[in-house]
Amino acid sequence: MDMQAARVDLSKPVEIMPEVDKITSRDVDVFYGDKQALKQVNLDIPARQVTALIGPSGCGKSTYLRCLNRMNDVIDTCRVTGSIELDGQDIYAPEVDVVTLRAHVGMVFQKPNPFPKSIFENVAYGPKIHGLASSKSELEGIVESSLKRASLWDEVADRLDEPGTGLSGGQQQRLCIARAIAVRPEVILMDEPCSALDPIATAKIEELIDELRENFTILIVTHSMQQAARVSQKTAFFHLGELVENGPTSDIFTKPQDERTGNYVTGRIG
Amino acid sequence: MTDIASKYDPRLKSRHASEKRFKAYGILAILISLGFLALMVTTILIQGIPAFSKNYVGLTIVFDEEVINPDGDRDPAKLGSANYTKLARSALRKLFPDVKKRKERRKLNAILSSDAGYELRNMVLEDLSLIGTTKQVWLSASDEAELYFKGQISTELPEDQRKLNDIQIGWLDTLTETGVVDTRFNTPFLTSGDSREPELAGIMGAVLGSFFTLLVCFVLSFPIGTLAAIYLEEYAPKSRLNRLIEVNINNLAAVPSIVFGLLGLAILLNTFGLPRSTPLVGGMVLALMTLPTIIIASRASLRAVPPSIREAALGIGASKTQTTFHHVAPLALPGMLTGAIIGMAQALGETAPLLMIGMVAFIVDLPGGVTDAATALPVQIFLWADSPERGFAEKTSAAIIVLLIFLVIMNLAAILLRRKLETRW
Repeated sequence: MDMQAARVDLSKPVEIMPEVDKITSRDVDVFYGDKQALKQVNLDIPARQVTALIGPSGCGKSTYLRCLNRMNDVIDTCRVTGSIELDGQDIYAPEVDVVTLRAHVGMVFQKPNPFPKSIFENVAYGPKIHGLASSKSELEGIVESSLKRASLWDEVADRLDEPGTGLSGGQQQRLCIARAIAVRPEVILMDEPCSALDPIATAKIEELIDELRENFTILIVTHSMQQAARVSQKTAFFHLGELVENGPTSDIFTKPQDERTGNYVTGRIG
Repeated sequence: MTDIASKYDPRLKSRHASEKRFKAYGILAILISLGFLALMVTTILIQGIPAFSKNYVGLTIVFDEEVINPDGDRDPAKLGSANYTKLARSALRKLFPDVKKRKERRKLNAILSSDAGYELRNMVLEDLSLIGTTKQVWLSASDEAELYFKGQISTELPEDQRKLNDIQIGWLDTLTETGVVDTRFNTPFLTSGDSREPELAGIMGAVLGSFFTLLVCFVLSFPIGTLAAIYLEEYAPKSRLNRLIEVNINNLAAVPSIVFGLLGLAILLNTFGLPRSTPLVGGMVLALMTLPTIIIASRASLRAVPPSIREAALGIGASKTQTTFHHVAPLALPGMLTGAIIGMAQALGETAPLLMIGMVAFIVDLPGGVTDAATALPVQIFLWADSPERGFAEKTSAAIIVLLIFLVIMNLAAILLRRKLETRW
């Protein structure tokens, strides 16, 4: 399947495709050198929903997240086996270019990491390198719409030339989200996006995630059970490199099938 | 009630004492090193500053057409080869008409620099209307006269132990009393090339030689060094081979510089037949020496760029090369430049490798390019320090002052550059 054609077209009304699996992973094993970080993970990620990955530190949820846009490729000793498919296409197939893949699967990191450049440049960089804008006005349009979708436009509209690093932590994280959606991905991976933020900034990001769900498939790694319960429709619980249980968020929190899940969500382990 | 004051007293006292003792050692160490530095700088300044002034003797010169151009045809070739020294000497003799004997006359002539004739020639060639006129002209004093004017020849020494005898000193005193001795800023020292005569020797040749050498060195070592650093830091897999390369780069930084000079002599001069004594070869040899410094500094500054920046760029689909050249390298550039400037400063002070490739020659002409024979500042210092004439002692110190000024400027530039370009995140 041609990945370019599958990209979300923001200009057209969004087709609602409920319960279609955007990402399917089968028997995924990840090794760091000799150490196995993920064991036989089988997980389907529904399209246009928020899937929360929860579990204690070192359980492999971040590792799984980073497999989806092949950020683990950067680590020399990391080895991934099994299959991960995005819209039915194996993302680890030799003909897949990581650069194209990452244009389809964006990422927001734990610590806000804007480039030490202007706010405009931060958002414009992705569209520029992917050639998404043919003129300056088109680029400005993309920047504006991305910032609006990240609910940051009103706060920064009059100071787009100021460095992105000068914003507050919460604003920086929303800038990073704007930067990610400017490339028009289909999937957005969020690795503990609120762990460095105060509760008010966190609430804003959560609200934003809820809005973004209309257009994007979102995966969020979080340590906060409340956050998972608030923002996600589906939850997957990882423990010691294994996917213990996954299902609708309400089921995971109210009637977990596995004892470990129950203990974790009620705070007895973790 | 707890008595904080008395309970911990015995051990606290010794702890405080050892703290104070350690602070005192630290201050002492700093004072000692500062003391040595001050001693060095003061000695050099005291010895070198007189070299920045130059003594001139004012003589009433008769630009006699009979001597300069007897034929009256103003032929430049004839004008150029006329005996101008005779004009200067006869003007000097007019001031001291009693001097008759040949031997004494020669002593009298020794007051003027051997360059006096050339100074007059240049004046005439510049302005032909001078011929036939009489004019007061300031001519360079000889190095010995200059030493006396600057108070560096003591009259208390027995006559046979000094360069100037009593009669000469008498003449010099007379000149001073009649007000025809002038002290001016020594511009020729900064603008002319080397000379056998201390009063005429300048450092411009060496400065230009150093400049061309560093130019070649920078052009070679900066691109190669930074690209090597970028490859090793951003691209190279952590293999056994790359670890070996890393260790050897660090070893290379510790190789004595003369070894690089020998390498330049054997390979660049003898095998490839590049011109000897030239800034081209000097720069290539110094580039070898500077490379490890630049590579190590550049790698350190690349490593200082937070990994989150790389992740951010990779995360929105930038390729490895885009990530490196759009984000990482620009952030590391100030550090790379600082490393390069510090490497250049090291290269500027380097003497040994340049001796090996023949940049130690006595060269009067100012070099005009990288393939002209030249010498470098530290080599010039070495050459002057080795010269027997006493006048070169102050020149040596003065050249050291110039070298130190250049080094301070370069290091200052490195600091300012770092301050200005540094990005905070």
